[in-house]
Amino acid sequence: MISTVVLATGLALILIGLWGMLTHRNILRIIISFSLIGTGTHIVIVAIGYVANGTAPIIDRALSVADAPSRAVDPIPSALVVTAIVIGLAVTAVMLAYAIRLYDSKKTLSIDAFTESKW
Amino acid sequence: MIRRASITVAVILFGLVFASLAANHVGHQSLPPLAKRYVELVPQDLGAPNVITGILLTYRAFDTLGEVAVLFMVAAGVGLVLKTRKRRSKKSPETQPRQASEIVQTGAQILVPLIAIFAAYIIMNGHLSAGGGFQGGAVIASSVLLLLLADPQQRLDLDFLSSTESIAGVLFVLVGVAGLILADGFLDNRVLPLGEFGAFFSAGAIPLLSVLLGVKVGCELSVIIDRFRA
Repeated sequence: MISTVVLATGLALILIGLWGMLTHRNILRIIISFSLIGTGTHIVIVAIGYVANGTAPIIDRALSVADAPSRAVDPIPSALVVTAIVIGLAVTAVMLAYAIRLYDSKKTLSIDAFTESKW
Repeated sequence: MIRRASITVAVILFGLVFASLAANHVGHQSLPPLAKRYVELVPQDLGAPNVITGILLTYRAFDTLGEVAVLFMVAAGVGLVLKTRKRRSKKSPETQPRQASEIVQTGAQILVPLIAIFAAYIIMNGHLSAGGGFQGGAVIASSVLLLLLADPQQRLDLDFLSSTESIAGVLFVLVGVAGLILADGFLDNRVLPLGEFGAFFSAGAIPLLSVLLGVKVGCELSVIIDRFRA
């Protein structure tokens, strides 16, 4: 149940990002939309790893070693998302660097000004 | 007008696909076999209470190494993209960065040490509780960002950052090679004694790898932040 709600939230974020990416003409807003799509994907991956009535896969007083296989959530999607967040940050950094260079060349951030590469 | 209509159609079609995905989603009732194996093996074999850190820094540590390499390449790539721009802006220094307000300066003086301590806590607790090298490294970089916001004129010691980062990376690989010789494989954490389960110094090489990763990620992100300054 809760995983479906989280999954729907993630998918909604992806949709918002897609819509923003297609409608906005400002490069910075397009980059923000890309980040939204990335964040939505992370939420979807985490939601897929949820096990009904599960808890975080960290062994402590609340979760004994013997209990862990039956009560912990799937640790693999969480580990994947840690990786994906870092790579997402790296991609955002590269996009922003290119945005700075594009601004330098045309003194505007609107993608309507960059028509050379259109066919 | 046509563009807007086609965008709406595309978004609605994607929405339909996503809606059917969410409606037909059935959550797991129990762990899949591979996940179950990881949850059993990490506390038993690696002695780490945090299963996710065990996966990231031992079973999938090779991927983590690749990820750090991606971060390094991004730092180099951002530097390459913005390099020519820096030279040009030096020729015409018409825009001096504005001094930060007193609130930001005082706040930075109070917060930067606290953020650094918090980052050390996150890095050192990676094997026991939520946390780890990547997260702690990002927190370190946030303190560097605050420092630069408070004093835009400040010059970061880029040589120090890059050499620290390189040393941490070399040590990370050396720990991995030690696992090849002393334990069962590359980046095996059992090169150091596992210690008492749940203690501060436990889980073999995982805390050491966490520290190296935290230092490396912190330095890399600080370099990336510095590259974005005009």
